[in-house]
Amino acid sequence: MDLWLGEQQVVSKELEPVIGLEIHVQLRTRTKMFCSCALGFGEPANTRTCPVCLGLPGALPVANAEAIHYGLMIGMALESELASVSTFHRKNYFYPDLPKGYQISQFDLPLCSGGKLGEVTINRVHLEEDAAKLNHAGASGRIDGADSSIVDFNRGGTPLAEIVTEPQLRSAEQAGSWLRLLRTTLRTLGVSDVNMEEGSLRCDANISLRPIGSDQLGTKTELKNMNSFRFIERGIRAEVERQRNLIGDGQSITQETLHFDPKSEAITSLRSKEEAHDYRYFPEPDLPPVIITKAMLGRAAEALPELPAAREQRYVDQVALSAESARLFAWRAELGDYFDAVCAADTSLEPQLAANWVTELQGRLGDQEAEDSKVSAAALAQLAALVSTSVINQGGAKQVLDELVSEGGEPAAVVAAQGLEAVAGANELAPIVAAALAANPELTERLRGGDMKPIGVIIGDVMKRTRGRADGKEVTLLVRQQLGLS
Amino acid sequence: MNDAIQALSAAAAAAAIADGGLARDELFEHYRARAAADQLNAFTWVADQPAAPVDGPLGGVPLAVKDLFCTEAVPSQAGSRILEGYCPPYTATAVTNLEQAGAALLGKTNQDEFAMGSSNENSAYGPVLNPWDRSRVPGGSSGGSAAAVAAGLAPWALGTDTGGSIRQPAALCGIVGLKPTYGAVSRYGMIAFASSLDSAGPLTRDVTDAALFYSQLVGRDSADATSVGFPEPIELPSSERLDGVTLAVPTALVDGEGVEVGVRESFEASLETARQLGATITSCEIPSARFALSAYYVIAPAEASSNLARFDGVRYGFRAEEKSLDAMYTETRHDGFGAEVKRRILIGTYALSSGYYDAYYGRAQRVRTVVARELAEIFREADFIVTPTSPTVAFALGERTADPLAMYFSDLFTIPMSLAGTPAISIPSGLSNGLPVGLQICGPAFSENKILSAARALEQAIGFDGSVAWGATSG
Repeated sequence: MDLWLGEQQVVSKELEPVIGLEIHVQLRTRTKMFCSCALGFGEPANTRTCPVCLGLPGALPVANAEAIHYGLMIGMALESELASVSTFHRKNYFYPDLPKGYQISQFDLPLCSGGKLGEVTINRVHLEEDAAKLNHAGASGRIDGADSSIVDFNRGGTPLAEIVTEPQLRSAEQAGSWLRLLRTTLRTLGVSDVNMEEGSLRCDANISLRPIGSDQLGTKTELKNMNSFRFIERGIRAEVERQRNLIGDGQSITQETLHFDPKSEAITSLRSKEEAHDYRYFPEPDLPPVIITKAMLGRAAEALPELPAAREQRYVDQVALSAESARLFAWRAELGDYFDAVCAADTSLEPQLAANWVTELQGRLGDQEAEDSKVSAAALAQLAALVSTSVINQGGAKQVLDELVSEGGEPAAVVAAQGLEAVAGANELAPIVAAALAANPELTERLRGGDMKPIGVIIGDVMKRTRGRADGKEVTLLVRQQLGLS
Repeated sequence: MNDAIQALSAAAAAAAIADGGLARDELFEHYRARAAADQLNAFTWVADQPAAPVDGPLGGVPLAVKDLFCTEAVPSQAGSRILEGYCPPYTATAVTNLEQAGAALLGKTNQDEFAMGSSNENSAYGPVLNPWDRSRVPGGSSGGSAAAVAAGLAPWALGTDTGGSIRQPAALCGIVGLKPTYGAVSRYGMIAFASSLDSAGPLTRDVTDAALFYSQLVGRDSADATSVGFPEPIELPSSERLDGVTLAVPTALVDGEGVEVGVRESFEASLETARQLGATITSCEIPSARFALSAYYVIAPAEASSNLARFDGVRYGFRAEEKSLDAMYTETRHDGFGAEVKRRILIGTYALSSGYYDAYYGRAQRVRTVVARELAEIFREADFIVTPTSPTVAFALGERTADPLAMYFSDLFTIPMSLAGTPAISIPSGLSNGLPVGLQICGPAFSENKILSAARALEQAIGFDGSVAWGATSG
């Protein structure tokens, strides 16, 4: 089967996914985007409302200066071009969660244009208001077929920054890892709680497939509102698979908006392009254009903390971490903060050694953050120090770490309680090595003859006799001494 | 009727209350009784008693308020069925400003639905009758406010002007109406028609009342991002002359088709009066004026189509009970809106549609810029532009309801100023066949003090007597 995309005949039959993300970030301002209501955080329904965010007749919006400030900070962090004049537009459509019948958003003059984060180009960042929350009574859980639906306007009018990427991601994993970098960046900026479960960070993915090597885009689908990193990766994987199968069967992709159900992994259509809205965008006449002054830019620049890219660079240049560790701790700021705390707890520690133990710990925690585990930074620092001073060996330290992860406590106490001190030094270890050699006369002869292959078995025997507390290198040294090998 | 009280202008009544010669309650009861006996359908709601008295420059003078202003716990339906029974939880800033200056809410007045109309025939409450001739319209959309003041049912009234909705009914009812500079008066709590054009202003018996009222109405409101502080206090006018003042007449427009002979005669008599007061009359051109009406009837419906989207039956007002969401939306809006409102929603929706935006809305906005530039150009040479307010006197009820374009033509002289956002006043210039004719005086942005001053001088010289219409509801 030859694949055609437009006029261009494609060289490869291998398909690659092309993924762009649209991320909605609830900004952590004191008040809503266009009124003075405090933001809602789980209060009783409709207690954080006023005529403006309820869309009552006669009410008018006033733009939130703090939200614009946060938007500028985001733009600076993403290296965007910042508008000198930015306008709000009305996006018109009917839905019960949209009390005015339009959403105030931005259209042709967004606050931030272009930019880059990691390896991904940013298309734009604009400000808008969040919709209210609908709760449908009845089996369907959707508005169609609901016995009744109630609207909670507490969320309505919460400031949102919408961040749109160019379609430069090529896999679900890449999308997930880039989104973590974005989340870290936003969290570092302090502009949002960026909590996916609570909806303060929401992600839609535009997904299409094309033959590798093609520079054209295939028909895309939009996967809506996935609310965890795991769901995003699973959702994208499932949609890529669905499109691959359709194309494999010789069918075409329909441009539509899709919903991913993480429980069943099912993908269902929300609406197709034929039903797509004509949003009738026009400049919001109730809001004058926002003029971005030098003073506003100065305030935003001043408020910028160290961002992941700079942190990564600093870890490499000043802390001498490996590139891999530096990126891990910079992109996952919580883990980086934990690493910083470990180093601070014992300034004599070799940073890369500390980094390795932080990585070792994180590997045992799954989705849990190191900071929330039973292993305090001070405990991990102590553990690393016990290894670097040869009080315990690697294997013993890993046993201690297992114990700390499940029970917590002091590493030194665990070592003492379980008798995990390394067996070291000629006095203690030499008789054990001698015993091991004596127990394996054939192998000893081969070793004496210069064939070092059986050394592993001897070390294993010594480990068995010391319950793993010996150091392999030291055992080898003693074997050579006792057999008179140079 | 207590003739002595009735004869007092609002400013005179406020002064009488301030010096103890008149009791607040007596004044309120005088107008409350007259408003309650309204036979013009001017009022949609009348207060039982005055709110707690507030001392201030407006001194307890009763105030009629156009229905579309939100007034807390008082019906505010903007003349529409879709807001049936709606009582807002808050009060519009314009009304609050007046109340804090001492005005006492007397009642709410009838209007064209959502201020869309020039005859007050598009109201869910039914048409308002003109007190000068009950077979005729009072003009619109602030027809109830104008008729109430002209008939002496209220000392003064708050109205709104989007394309002429204060000036034209003031002209047709023989009273004074001031459309402010856009942004000078807060729109917060005004049920919106066309956001970039809507302005709240006074309808009064005379120019001095208009100035007193307006002095308490203006002010920057932090709840309205498009509002601006007025650069100077509004003064009560005292001028009797127009020496050194230049009035520019857009000759081609005024001499154009459709302007009634009686209107033109009254207008020319006003020009002659102005000359006698020392004014210089010149001629000017507003070349874009012939596109202004079309541009207005694209921009205003476009904004309205979006502003009226919130009336969906979900949260307040009228709701058609239907099984599905789409059917509920459709039937609510089908039954809740009147024909003219639906016509404008359709026009506006079309004008904003993808693929048509540039040809309609974009182009209309460019016309708007040109109109504003041409007016500014004229104001470099002249102090004011003067025209008749309306091409005709009050027309018969039902005469234009079948012909929307003829109805839209009523706004010919008032729309350029609405598009430019500049202030304009209409004062009575005389009668034509027993019906009032209005003179429009327009100046550059924030020239209200000068406009009021010139209008006061002309008013004194013209000596129009509106009290003829007071008897209309007494029998």
